[in-house]
Amino acid sequence: MDAIILQVLNGLDKGSAYALIALGLTLIFGTLGVVNFAHGALFMLGAFCAVTLNAILRLSTETIDPSRTDFLGNPLKVKTPYVENWFGPEIGGAMIEWSVPLAIVFAIPVMVAVGIATERGLIKYFYKRPHADQILVTFGLAIVLQEIIKYFFGANPIPTPAPDAFIGSFDFGALVGMEAGTIIYPYWRLVYFAFAAIVIGAVFAFLQYTTFGMVVRAGMADRETVGLLGINIDKRFTIMFAIAACVAGLAGVMYAPINSPNYHMGMDFLVLSFVVVVVGGMGSLPGAVAAGFLLGILESFASMSQVVNLLPGINQIIIYLVAIIILLTRPRGLLGRKGVMEG
Amino acid sequence: MIKRPISRRGLIKTAGVVGVGLAAPHVFIRNANAFNNEPTGGTVTLGFNVPQTGPYADEGADELRAYELAVEHLNGEGDGGMLNTFSSKALKGNGILGKKVEFVTGDTQTKSDAARASAKSMIEKDGAIMITGGSSSGVAVAVQSLCQEAGVIFMAGLTHSNDTTGKDKKANGFRHFFNGYMSAAALAPVLKNAYGTDRKAYHLTADYTWGWTQQESIASATEAMGWETVNNVLTPLAATDFSAYITPILQSDADVLVLNHYGGNMVNSLTNAVQFGLRDRQVNGKNFEIIVPLYSRLMAKGAGENVKGIFGSTNWHWSLEDEGSIAFVQSFGKKYGFPPSQAAHTCYVQTLLYADAVERGGSFNPCSVVEALEGYEFDGLGNGPTLYRADDHQCFKDVLVVKGKENPTSEFDLLEIVEVTPAAQVTYPPDHPMFAGGDLGTCNSGA
Repeated sequence: MDAIILQVLNGLDKGSAYALIALGLTLIFGTLGVVNFAHGALFMLGAFCAVTLNAILRLSTETIDPSRTDFLGNPLKVKTPYVENWFGPEIGGAMIEWSVPLAIVFAIPVMVAVGIATERGLIKYFYKRPHADQILVTFGLAIVLQEIIKYFFGANPIPTPAPDAFIGSFDFGALVGMEAGTIIYPYWRLVYFAFAAIVIGAVFAFLQYTTFGMVVRAGMADRETVGLLGINIDKRFTIMFAIAACVAGLAGVMYAPINSPNYHMGMDFLVLSFVVVVVGGMGSLPGAVAAGFLLGILESFASMSQVVNLLPGINQIIIYLVAIIILLTRPRGLLGRKGVMEG
Repeated sequence: MIKRPISRRGLIKTAGVVGVGLAAPHVFIRNANAFNNEPTGGTVTLGFNVPQTGPYADEGADELRAYELAVEHLNGEGDGGMLNTFSSKALKGNGILGKKVEFVTGDTQTKSDAARASAKSMIEKDGAIMITGGSSSGVAVAVQSLCQEAGVIFMAGLTHSNDTTGKDKKANGFRHFFNGYMSAAALAPVLKNAYGTDRKAYHLTADYTWGWTQQESIASATEAMGWETVNNVLTPLAATDFSAYITPILQSDADVLVLNHYGGNMVNSLTNAVQFGLRDRQVNGKNFEIIVPLYSRLMAKGAGENVKGIFGSTNWHWSLEDEGSIAFVQSFGKKYGFPPSQAAHTCYVQTLLYADAVERGGSFNPCSVVEALEGYEFDGLGNGPTLYRADDHQCFKDVLVVKGKENPTSEFDLLEIVEVTPAAQVTYPPDHPMFAGGDLGTCNSGA
């Protein structure tokens, strides 16, 4: 029983990341009609916003300490971050420690700018081109973004820890009256799940309860008619692309402490996120979210040693297997709408 | 003037000889040279095949820095580095056999097929006489086999699988780096002292040649001192989140986790294990411990604080105090501004050893190089007295047992050496079961 609870909890945080990325993918596909293979790279850019802010906060002055030497035998250069000089060691130290949550504020304008620049500078020229062209150009963009990040940050993962307050783990077993120490779950992963729930809720509320959201939903249903009504749907779609980029970026920022970011992390999520979109139903936002969590949890269960011993290799194919079954039984996906990507 | 008529028989004979000559495959024409890619001008070309893209690109970049430094030193530029401390004095800083050393580079991408393609291109198009480099055992085994077929020498870079000089060994291939068996033999006594003889170990293992052989080696060495291996779970190389593999450990009665992972796998699995509180656990009345048998400073940097206090092994570390290591660190540090990694060290040493073998043998012929390196004993290259064993072309030297440093003084000061295990303790017979099944064969000069 405790193993099952643990794997469900495990699946929730991975599912949160899938859901957030798939949500953005679906928003872009549903509104702009573009299959965006650069979406994983936007997730990676978000994680590197956290890395960048951490590096900025750690910018330091150097003083020579003659009593110690470096690896070449020269006097050691001791680094003191500027923020510690300006705000004192306590506040400066706390700013560095809390750099990941602070990076949310940093990432929002960066990701919005990246989103607008990408849509206006590249994607808009591909609206009327076949999906294959869109896939090629966005995949190319993903590679370019990856290489830029690798040029500046290298290929190795960069540790970006959560604040000390969230570094430990939470004894879920003891809380629900089971044996202590059997269901341990890291605090930061709980934070990630809660954060994902808030972001998903905010996006849905925005689309459901604002006039802007209403127009976008109408545009998703019938772009041509909305255009005929005299509404500048293109401008709104640019904003939607920026919002989708922002959602992916925020998912990346908060994911940084879970796995040290590297330039390739977006690709690891991209393919799975597309499967999530297809399973959830092309163009369906609730479908994307539900499928994200569902596949995250299934993937966790498939990695259990009991399951792997029974069916070797199942952990590597489970998501694709489920996708095939769903497409055979429900060709539009779990919550797919009629008419999307059909005819 | 005498006119000599052309007879029908003569014409057929001449045409036949010319026809056979033109139709002869390239490989027969190459017989004109004594061996493949024999350098004829004033230069000799070496091929550095390293990961320039992909997840090990940083290690590849460090390997390339070391190669460039080695080429500088061989050509008599710079401060000479370990040329000054090397026990052999055959190298004079005037290239190799008086020929200036030039190099070409290839990108392995840490993929066997890409690595073979880039090595092939360097051999066939650029005329590389020797191929060296790499940061993965899968790649090393594939490129070593290619070099054997092509008739050039392969000086392996970072490869730690037993198979490279075990079942996949080749006469044209040489490995300076240590292997999984040696890591296990060096680590076992240290682990026994630190954690006792009554332990239950749970292994997570990267699912490819290196992971399998290291797991087998560690399990065998720890079981021999009384530990029990409770489980070994193979994890896909492409895995990034290991939480699903970590959580079953909480349900097991294991009190030690062995991470047979390298690179990004190691960074992520160790980070996940620490996040799930494994290091704070008490099982069977003992503190739960984690072991990372193969350490790399570059990877330790990626794992950050999580490596503190964790045991592992390494081929070489920049903090060693012997004169060879000091010379290399000074030379590398002055040129690049930071200390070299173990990958850089082994690649630099391999280049020097190749050049030295050519000088001592008096020829670039691969068979002469093989003869010069087999059974060769040397010193002054950072690992103490070392033997290139003739039976399997594996170097035997001291192994470092290291631990993640509790209080690092700089961003490079991540590992501390806890023991230098003598070569005798990590030496095994050539027919040891973990290395059985292969055949070294005979050297191929490509002639």
